[in-house]
Amino acid sequence: MTYLATTGRRDDAPAPPPTGGGAGRRIPATVLALGTVSLVTDVSSEMVTAVLPLYLVLGLGLSPLQFGFLDGLFNAASAVVRLIGGHAADRGGRHKRIAGIGYLLSACSRLGLLLAGGATAGLATALAADRVGKGIRTAPRDALISLSGPPETLGRSFGVHRAMDTTGALLGPLVAFTVLWATADAYDAVFVVSFCIGLLGVLVLLLYVPGGPALPTVSLSAVSRPTPVRTKALAPLRDPAFRRILAVAALLGAATIGDSFVFLLLQRGLDLAPGWFPLLPLGVAASYLLLAIPAGRIADRFGRRLPFLCGHLALLGGYVVLLTPLTPAAVVLVLVLLGVFYAATDGVLMALAGPVLPAVGRAGGLALLQTGQALTRLLGTAGFGAAWTLWGQRPALYAALTLLAVALTCGWALLRNPSHPERPTP
Amino acid sequence: MNALSPRARLAVVLLAVLLLGGGSLGYVLRARQQAAPQQTTADASFTLAGPRLYYRDGDTGRVAYQADPTTAPVIGGPSCERFHAAGDTALCLQRRPGLPATADAVVLDRQLRETQRIALPGIPNRARVSASGRILAWTMFATGDSYATSAFSTRTSILNLNTGYLIKSMEQIPLTIDGTRYHAPDVNYWGVTFAADDNRFYATVATKGRTYLVQGDLAAWTATALRENVECPSLSPDNTRIAFKKRVTDGPDSPWRLYLLDLRTMTERPLAEPHSVDDQAAWLDDNTIGYALPTPDGHGTDLWSVPADGTGTPRLTVPGASSPVAVL
Repeated sequence: MTYLATTGRRDDAPAPPPTGGGAGRRIPATVLALGTVSLVTDVSSEMVTAVLPLYLVLGLGLSPLQFGFLDGLFNAASAVVRLIGGHAADRGGRHKRIAGIGYLLSACSRLGLLLAGGATAGLATALAADRVGKGIRTAPRDALISLSGPPETLGRSFGVHRAMDTTGALLGPLVAFTVLWATADAYDAVFVVSFCIGLLGVLVLLLYVPGGPALPTVSLSAVSRPTPVRTKALAPLRDPAFRRILAVAALLGAATIGDSFVFLLLQRGLDLAPGWFPLLPLGVAASYLLLAIPAGRIADRFGRRLPFLCGHLALLGGYVVLLTPLTPAAVVLVLVLLGVFYAATDGVLMALAGPVLPAVGRAGGLALLQTGQALTRLLGTAGFGAAWTLWGQRPALYAALTLLAVALTCGWALLRNPSHPERPTP
Repeated sequence: MNALSPRARLAVVLLAVLLLGGGSLGYVLRARQQAAPQQTTADASFTLAGPRLYYRDGDTGRVAYQADPTTAPVIGGPSCERFHAAGDTALCLQRRPGLPATADAVVLDRQLRETQRIALPGIPNRARVSASGRILAWTMFATGDSYATSAFSTRTSILNLNTGYLIKSMEQIPLTIDGTRYHAPDVNYWGVTFAADDNRFYATVATKGRTYLVQGDLAAWTATALRENVECPSLSPDNTRIAFKKRVTDGPDSPWRLYLLDLRTMTERPLAEPHSVDDQAAWLDDNTIGYALPTPDGHGTDLWSVPADGTGTPRLTVPGASSPVAVL
């Protein structure tokens, strides 16, 4: 494949960052390309996510119990895979190659679903391939974004990327719905269309994303032999600034209760007709989509800690609203607050951590951060579920509220410490 | 590939869009052509008459019966995901295409003419008509309203044809477990079965990871848990025994076995079926139980039957079928 050969050549490296800082209005071409890849890929993957429960239970006659097992099987494994992906990308600056493999694996998993039929082992393999693909591509992709522009515009870059990503996530179920409607529930058609769209995403990545990140340390040597600067998976942990960010992200992650719980609380609070239920995540996605870029800009202007912490403050506000008697307006408010939370924290965290990490270890560092956050979020959700079962809904919510307030206070104290410059190149 | 000129790259992308888009469109159109139109009504000559075994034919999705074992089955009923009939009433759960999952509960008379249609969210799962044909119940899988992500929960409805009253979800029924009134946000009911008096009923309730057999009273609107680990009960025609699926392993592989519970002695015994059965069994007569099992290749189900006393061996009754119901 030709793109491998161009890894170190960089005839097409991203345009040099505009000098003079604030004048930069252009989004780096790499970010736009990666945003397009994510948009297209998310259409492909969300199509499948939307129909998978129906397909497995209705199309194949799996019991919901079996579906639950299949669905939950690889969630924990994907965390490990993400670390591997980040580490592999760092070794020799193979970000694009690793991300590409991830995208390709996910696209091909649709064919696996198609061919597996009712065989549980085949289905499990296909789903595993999808999760592995998702896991290994995320960190290299975010590293590419963070390396493609000057550090002071990273917030905006991530905002643009996440907005495009979410657009794809919103379009995916729509496409799936159209295909199902047009074919009277031919699930195989959904998988074929998803596969084609997924391949298109890989192609856009191959053609429009430059071969290697803009790091001076990765030169031609990257192709011929391993880089002398060998990164260790846990090396970023030696840096106190990164450690602090990781600690705050993990701490706050443990204090979140998970969207599904929020939606369930909303549904119960308002006694929402089940037909409306799928619209709740859409509401969050829509407000995330609208707010991602503004939040990134604010992060660039006022520093990334502020939006990151304020995002969690919005989440806290959402919990407070959940404790009040719910009205339709309150439901909308909670959805918007959740959207604010994601817009102000997801990409912003990457923009916060990116510049702290050395360019050669960035993918691995970001993977560590994402995995840490994902695992503690899982913990937080499980904890909330246990508290709900044990104490009931309101006490559990009060507990979550208290926990988040404490975590937020700690986070504030930890991140306020200006021992490291947030913008290395002012 | 980055060596390509911008124009060449654009050309490659456009070509790919054309090829992949064309391929997708072609596949969708072919699938559209192959999609058999859903037969919502029964053929005029196809009615409920007994004694006969009615079932859902897996290939066509339509209700069928076998007049006698030597002749071909008669496939002329409406398309149903799940079918049950008794007395002068049949209940047919029809899936509607598209997302989110929705379905219709269609009430039919003995000529299989539609008398009532109720639109529901979710995926059809269980259907039961009381022996008199006057009380109906069905269970739908609802996606999304469970806090365990993307897991399913159930919603069970009861329709009284005498009064026309429809209980959309029976979740609010006052429930007693271990002698005390039970409150929990996560109660889920499924698999209702009615006694001959059109008042007593049995069902499964699940809460906090356990399942119970509940005995309910329609008129008093109460439910009492009788026993743990009983799912999808099915009351015998003489109202003395319950066939049910019992959870025997915690894993996803073959979790359920068919059991029989004697209501007079409250003792249970396993039936002779060695496979995992995920179905609400049907009493084909007072001594025989019918149920659907997945085919060995995983596509569709076959109908099997087994003696109700734990003896004998399972017998393949109708290949490629589900939703068995013995119409008298």
